[in-house]
Amino acid sequence: MAVDAAGSASGTVPIDERRARAWRLHGWLWLFLVLVSAFSLTIGAAGAQVRSALLTWVETGELDAAARIILFDIRMPRLALGLVVGAALAVSGAVMQGLFRNPLADPGLVGVGAGAGLGAIAAIVLGTALPVAFVDATGNYLVPFAAFLGGWATTLLLYRVSTRRGRTSVATMLLAGIALAALTGAVSGILVYMADDRQLRDLTFWGLGSLAGATWSKVYAAGPLIAIAFLAAPFLARGLNGLALGEAAAAHMGVALERLKTGAILIVASATGAAVAVSGGIGFVGIVVPHLLRIAVGPDHRTLLPNAALLGASLLVLADCISRTVIAPAELPIGIVTAVLGAPVFLWILLRSRGVVDL
Amino acid sequence: MILRTIVFLFALTGPVFAADRILTVGGSVTEIAYALGQGDRLVARDTTSTYPPEAETLPDVGYMRALSPEGVLSLAPDLIIAEDGAGPAETIDVLETARVPIIFVDDDPSADGLMKKITIVGEALDVPAEAAQLAAEVSAELDIARAKVENLSAGSEKKVLFILSTQGGRILASGTGTAASAMIELAGGVNANTGFEGYKPLTEEAVAAMAPDLVLMMDRGGDHGMAVDELLAMPALAGTPAARNRAVVRMDGLFLLGFGPRTAQAVTDLSEALYGS
Repeated sequence: MAVDAAGSASGTVPIDERRARAWRLHGWLWLFLVLVSAFSLTIGAAGAQVRSALLTWVETGELDAAARIILFDIRMPRLALGLVVGAALAVSGAVMQGLFRNPLADPGLVGVGAGAGLGAIAAIVLGTALPVAFVDATGNYLVPFAAFLGGWATTLLLYRVSTRRGRTSVATMLLAGIALAALTGAVSGILVYMADDRQLRDLTFWGLGSLAGATWSKVYAAGPLIAIAFLAAPFLARGLNGLALGEAAAAHMGVALERLKTGAILIVASATGAAVAVSGGIGFVGIVVPHLLRIAVGPDHRTLLPNAALLGASLLVLADCISRTVIAPAELPIGIVTAVLGAPVFLWILLRSRGVVDL
Repeated sequence: MILRTIVFLFALTGPVFAADRILTVGGSVTEIAYALGQGDRLVARDTTSTYPPEAETLPDVGYMRALSPEGVLSLAPDLIIAEDGAGPAETIDVLETARVPIIFVDDDPSADGLMKKITIVGEALDVPAEAAQLAAEVSAELDIARAKVENLSAGSEKKVLFILSTQGGRILASGTGTAASAMIELAGGVNANTGFEGYKPLTEEAVAAMAPDLVLMMDRGGDHGMAVDELLAMPALAGTPAARNRAVVRMDGLFLLGFGPRTAQAVTDLSEALYGS
């Protein structure tokens, strides 16, 4: 099969060759994921301490208690949470871009972020007014739980608003999304006004996003929701490919449009909702990761979705390594890291495709 | 290799005998530890601990409400003394799992609260005698300031407005229940703004109606550094007695609001600014 030397101009590559290349990339991404994961377990603020404890372990078979806590109670749940959140954000981004047929779409368009933000703010500010027994019972999980509920409620409301006689209008959804974001913004504003200084600091840090405070229970809570979304996502791939040609063309190809839209929205609400609930607002992963993959191996959703999951997971874990170590022993919220790294890449992609893609 | 292992094990077990790898979280706690002469036992501090200058040479574990568990453990502290509100809760959970003793110190902005803080930190550092002495000194200084005020202000207490910031010309001021409000009262003034709790934006007309005799501000960061002329030219403040007398007092934030050992000095300074020395 003739592949031209330039290679990367994917438009000229035969379809079979392109798919083979995408699956080869899939293999490399698995390798990258394993390497990044291993790397993230070996670095951290307590780097030298843990390394020498591990060497002792190799020699004597006894792992020092402090090192065990750092490895099993801090780094591992954090790695696991980084993997599922990164994958969830990247896959949700790819699905949204397919659904809205716009490379700039992100899960924020269906109101998940705004709703989750409102839920989190409400929990932080009003949490103190709840009965003590209730607050004690929910402990650290009140804010994530409220964020998840807020995300779901907003998305379902938006979905209801933009669905008439069984047909969901993507355009209405976009506009209603803006209105709903303004509304949640207003309510959040009232809560911010009511907040005291400590709560304001908490709100600010929540908005910046972080994998800090990762625990196994958070992984167990968010993991299944995200896993269900991943299992369902491949069933959307063909439909999203069809949709790339427009709704009418997709309908003629036999794509069940309404089921596709409902499925996509549910997947995004559940995966992003869970991710945002446990990690706050982490930007750019959902836009940059699918973009890079489309540039590398083309827009076929059958390979794009699994590849996005792997690359998103790896990149977020890598970003978290930076966030944990760059100003150790303090740490930088990961949302800042992804924005600093992601925004220039995003801009580069825009400039590169200027004149090629009409945004 | 074996040598390194032994050194490492010593580093881990050594401190168990006497807490001398201490992490203090919260500006006032760090300040008290230094005032008790225990500064050399600290291994790290948080971002809010900016005094004394020696404290700033210690590693910084980040903002007190956003501590990273691994960052804290990497310093192998054998005792953490933290102002109430240090967190997040997940980090505290991990530190408790790692059996790092943590002592929380109530942060109540009042003279009694300050004495309690000094006592608790003193006990945590195992220097109760020094703590009792420091508390007595601070208490005596506060009493002197209070006595002066009682003589001077008889019935004509001055109104003080604490302005947190004037970002973009909007006045963010202290209401009741804040450290600023407590300081104003300790110095013998009255808080000009009792309309709300905490720090909130204040409407301009209200400022004019309050007619504060003195404007109190912090002198670090943001546009706290706004020139006095510019500040008093703001329509909200222009007609107030404070503007007529150019009565603006600026103090370092931790000094004024930290409720640490320097609080008595801050109270004295403020009451002198209000009523003369």
